[in-house]
Amino acid sequence: MLAKLTTLWQGLRQLSGDDAYERYLHHYAQHHADSGEAPLTKAAFFKQWQDKKWQGINRCC
Amino acid sequence: MNTLLKNAIWILVAILGAAAVGGIAINRGESINSLWFVVAALCVYSLAYRFYAAWIAATVLTVDATRATPAERLENGHDFAPTNRWIVFGHHFAAIAGPGPLVGPTLAAQFGYLPGTLWILIGSVLGGCVQDMSILFFSTRRNGRSIGQMARDELGPLGGTAALIGTFAIMIILIAVLSLIVVNAMKHSPWATFTVSATIPIAMFIGIYMRYLRPGQVMEASAIGVALLLLFVVAGGWVDHNEMLRGWFDHDGLTLAWGIMLYGLAAAILPVWLLLAPRDYLSTYMKLGTITLLAVAIVILQPSVKMPAVTQFIDGTGPIFGGKLFPFVFITIACGAISGFHALIASGTTPKLLANERDIRMIGYGGMALESMVAIMAMVAATVLDPGVFFAINSPAGIVGKEAVDAVAKISGWGFPVTVEQMRLLAEQMGETTLFARTGGAPSLAVGMASIFGSAFGNSLLALWYHFAIMFEAIFILTTLDAGTRVGRFMLQDMLGNIWPKMAETSWLPSMLLSSCLVVAGWGYFLYIGVIDPNGGVNILWPLFGMANQMLAAIALCVGTGILVKSDKIRYVGVTALPLLWLIIVTTTAAWQKLTSSDLRIGFMAAAEDLQAKLASGALPAEKAAVAPQLIFNLHLDALLTLFFIGILWLIVFDMLRVCVRYLNGQPVLPLTETPHSPSRFVEDWVRD
Repeated sequence: MLAKLTTLWQGLRQLSGDDAYERYLHHYAQHHADSGEAPLTKAAFFKQWQDKKWQGINRCC
Repeated sequence: MNTLLKNAIWILVAILGAAAVGGIAINRGESINSLWFVVAALCVYSLAYRFYAAWIAATVLTVDATRATPAERLENGHDFAPTNRWIVFGHHFAAIAGPGPLVGPTLAAQFGYLPGTLWILIGSVLGGCVQDMSILFFSTRRNGRSIGQMARDELGPLGGTAALIGTFAIMIILIAVLSLIVVNAMKHSPWATFTVSATIPIAMFIGIYMRYLRPGQVMEASAIGVALLLLFVVAGGWVDHNEMLRGWFDHDGLTLAWGIMLYGLAAAILPVWLLLAPRDYLSTYMKLGTITLLAVAIVILQPSVKMPAVTQFIDGTGPIFGGKLFPFVFITIACGAISGFHALIASGTTPKLLANERDIRMIGYGGMALESMVAIMAMVAATVLDPGVFFAINSPAGIVGKEAVDAVAKISGWGFPVTVEQMRLLAEQMGETTLFARTGGAPSLAVGMASIFGSAFGNSLLALWYHFAIMFEAIFILTTLDAGTRVGRFMLQDMLGNIWPKMAETSWLPSMLLSSCLVVAGWGYFLYIGVIDPNGGVNILWPLFGMANQMLAAIALCVGTGILVKSDKIRYVGVTALPLLWLIIVTTTAAWQKLTSSDLRIGFMAAAEDLQAKLASGALPAEKAAVAPQLIFNLHLDALLTLFFIGILWLIVFDMLRVCVRYLNGQPVLPLTETPHSPSRFVEDWVRD
């Protein structure tokens, strides 16, 4: 039961973008860790993420 | 044994579904339990999903689970990211479900509950779901390209241009009609106006909170926002009871229309993080939450549907909009049955998130089936009202008369008894001064929802529920409005950039201001006319929107049909070609009637001539004569728009046929742009069942 609730909570976080930064860090560690550049800070990442998300049509009638 | 059991269960579902659909179809009693609607819908969707959608996925589209999706091949951590299918489903559903499926069925309820319900069920499983699923599939096979790009790549430049212009036009009409519905819900209602206005500063506060105070804490900020929204629904009641404050929020339609235009302009220019993004979060939570609540309430309370199965208005004399059952029920209910707009979502964001092609059936077909379920619930919420009350709320003053006494006399004369006292009491319960002539669907849906919720949680809270429902509809209508205005601005900047490249720089201030003003002026014009039109405006704008949306669906289905033919799957071409044929028939018939009908409430030209003649002979009262020239001009413009939509529709159909005929004759056509097969890395991790 608790495990199901945790999954649901994780799903909600992912749907809303609450864990977007954590996932970015994960992606960074896997793909860009050896690039020598430090990952973005949370505030900087969120800015970029939000601006990207709002390009194009993402809402319907 | 296991197979036997499974088959037995599906046979049971089929029998139950047939019984439920048959039950609502042949029932001619006083009322019918709304649970039948839910059961019928669930059975139809699950049968269609299990058999038709599975067949399309396996045989027609040939979904290949071993093939790497764009999300896997092009993963970049931002837009391309393989995502759990439930999460993709959530994103997709939140994007496609807007106010459309709530408004259309409510308006179409003037024909009775049956025509709309049947069209929602049949249209979605054979049309809308198929469109969404096949476009999602084709876009996934083309690196997530948009429907406009696919039309250009697969059919030719004409298709691409038609899709672009069509999208822009539909956006303008959609925003105009939706904002008109909000205006009709807010006029002379201080409570509704206060609550809806309050959503703007709340959204801004949440925007600042998410960007600067606690960056990226999306859930936390949204929770605060939702709490504030609910608080301001309650606070609206205090404002309503305060003599001085209520004056500040008590406005007529025109003032509110100007206010909404100003808001739209601000939303198109202000940075997204300040207004658009936070408002979208709030509206998504409100939307999903309220729809779930409504579903639970309908299942538990099983309210009785009191509207007759079919009313006399199928002959075209309906008060909410003129026109016969065929073709107008199919135009009025676009979203919920088949919505062309979905093709933009199914070919934009969603294909970039798919982890596996197997998920296409659930997300494309299932997502639309769920939206269709929302339309069924809207139909239930509208038809649980006494029919007399339903018509009193939705009939514009130009049809039933301005005075309450005239209106109830006229409506009762149609055989739907209602009294002034009943309407006064209802308005009082809902915390309003009047509920007459609030055309557009939002208020009657809110009354319906309030009465359903009220019977669960007690009638003392009716006014709160009513204004909660109004706020809930208004907030995501405004979300469509501001997101749409902004997208329209970008599209216009892009188009103007073809003439003067500097205009295409989206952040160049003069270009930004000019294009934003043009887009707002575009929908603002139709909103303005809708507000001054004594017949309510919705009767003109909603059919225009329906035709535009069906035209976009036809473009999407043309792309699908063209691709199927070019992939040597002409055997299965009916899957997209039959819904396309149906859309061509209904849209063309509706457009033809809108242009040539001599019925003043249907034909644009007839209405314009009639008004012209009355104006010339001085038969119009002074207030009507003052706006008559504008209305005449607008009727001509509407006729032109109708011609334009139908012209685009036929152009693209012929373009598609041209490509198909050339292909079948062995002549050269544009090649298929499907990306080559590359095996998925994920496949080894799971065993096919």
